[in-house]
Amino acid sequence: MSRFRRLGRFLVALPPYAWLVVFFLIPCLIVFKISLSEAQQGIPPYLPLVDWAAEAGTRLRVNLGNYGYLFGDELYAAAYLGSLRLAGISTLCCLLIGYPAAYAIARAPGAWRHSLLLLVALPFWTSFLIRVYAWIGILKTEGLLNGLLLWLGIITEPLQILQTNLAVVIGMVYSYLPFMVLPLYANLEKMDLSLLEAAADLGCRPFRAFLAVTLPLSVPGIIAGSVLVFVPAVGEFVIPDLLGGPDTLMIGKVLWAEFFDNRDWPVASAVAVAMLVLLVAPVMVFQHIQHKRAEATR
Amino acid sequence: MKRNGLLLYTALALAYAFLYLPIVLMVIYSFNASRLVTVWGGFSTKWYGELLHDDKVLDAAWLSLKVAVTNATLSTILGTLAAVVLVRFRRFPGRTLFGGMVAAPLVMPEIITGLAMLLLFVAMEETLGWPAGRSMTTIVIAHVTFSLSFVTVVVQSRLSQMDVSLEEAAMDLGARPLKVFLAITLPIISPALLAGWLLAFTLSIDDVVISAFVSGPGATPLPIVIYSKVRLGVSPEINALATIVVALVGVAIAVAGRMTLRRERNG
Repeated sequence: MSRFRRLGRFLVALPPYAWLVVFFLIPCLIVFKISLSEAQQGIPPYLPLVDWAAEAGTRLRVNLGNYGYLFGDELYAAAYLGSLRLAGISTLCCLLIGYPAAYAIARAPGAWRHSLLLLVALPFWTSFLIRVYAWIGILKTEGLLNGLLLWLGIITEPLQILQTNLAVVIGMVYSYLPFMVLPLYANLEKMDLSLLEAAADLGCRPFRAFLAVTLPLSVPGIIAGSVLVFVPAVGEFVIPDLLGGPDTLMIGKVLWAEFFDNRDWPVASAVAVAMLVLLVAPVMVFQHIQHKRAEATR
Repeated sequence: MKRNGLLLYTALALAYAFLYLPIVLMVIYSFNASRLVTVWGGFSTKWYGELLHDDKVLDAAWLSLKVAVTNATLSTILGTLAAVVLVRFRRFPGRTLFGGMVAAPLVMPEIITGLAMLLLFVAMEETLGWPAGRSMTTIVIAHVTFSLSFVTVVVQSRLSQMDVSLEEAAMDLGARPLKVFLAITLPIISPALLAGWLLAFTLSIDDVVISAFVSGPGATPLPIVIYSKVRLGVSPEINALATIVVALVGVAIAVAGRMTLRRERNG
């Protein structure tokens, strides 16, 4: 490769590379650094990690206390498990609603498919905040759902739905449903239908054929959709904050409270690092393995 | 078989109802004369009128629009460069790190990105004296950092499906790499650039969590204003505001859809 071309490549790679190092990698390292420092009253509300004391020389002051605090206080473990649980339930509900929808679209007449799919993706383009907000008016005690149920005579007293975990699950399913349907559709649409014909020719009932042929073949789509729903749901803050109640424990809410309400930046940073290690790292490793496997089978 | 089909389409119809009913109800109640959410007090557009006189909302909307356009443009440029690097440069020092840095913001919880960006700005302000406080600049930097990954993914898939022989032909005819990129590659991947730009625009104008960290008293984008209003409860003004947002998005999608349709028809 000529020196000139090498320079050209360098100039192409430099802007995004430099941007990501300065505004992504370094901030992550700063979060890690602050998670190891001690809190103080003042601005910024943490002590420097490296002490430039004149007589004693440079002293590294590493404080693992923030992490000890995370493990010591039950709140954090409960919040982390609570996030996993609510995200898991939401993912399952998305799958139960999204699978039949994706299946129906994939088997619809060819001319309709594009429009039907667009209808699923459309809400994603309208504001996320507004879509969550719309549920407040529906779910609250004097809201539309309770009004309808009272009017129908199904209930005699309004139900408390808003500010419960049920409301959080509804909000998350609503917000993330398109993320489940799109990869499932992509998978189901590609499926070789002659396999089902073969099953039918051999005397297999449609439902049995579904269980024995379609479902196993759609596992990659199920996994892709579930990851797309589960990952953002675990770290979700807006939905539990607006729809959840005081007993909705989610890790995103805890981080927010540590940072904005308690102004304890070191503990907030430690929560963030714990989240990265326990959530983001496994997902990235998983995706890396999937990617490698896909390349190997190609 | 027939019965199964019916069941399937009922499920699909229910899924659509679930997706659209809340938005439809919100739009209907934005025209409610009564301040109470569940009581229908007759048709009225007064909440829209009140909205037009709310300077705070108008300023915030203008700021959000400026941030979103700047963010989308910067993200598209940087994201396209990143996609070219990932697809075309097979081996270079630090490729794994680069790939990781592009992929990570996609799975990173927004709340961590927001926290990390703010801590960076605080540290920079302390050591370099820049950026002074939270402003439009800090919001744009934070938004570009997570949007550019999404643009990269969109452009990357188009770029890797592209027929390389066109570029090779141009090279054989003596065109320089830059000329090949501008004359051949760019026009071919332009639908992906448009899609990436729109995606980055939407991500930015919609963002609450990251903006909450990096915005300040002088620069409050629209979602933050809506968020602080929503926390106080449902009100017809927010319904009206939300309806306007939905309408604008609808128009934008209709225009974009028509453009792509025309492009497809023209080949």
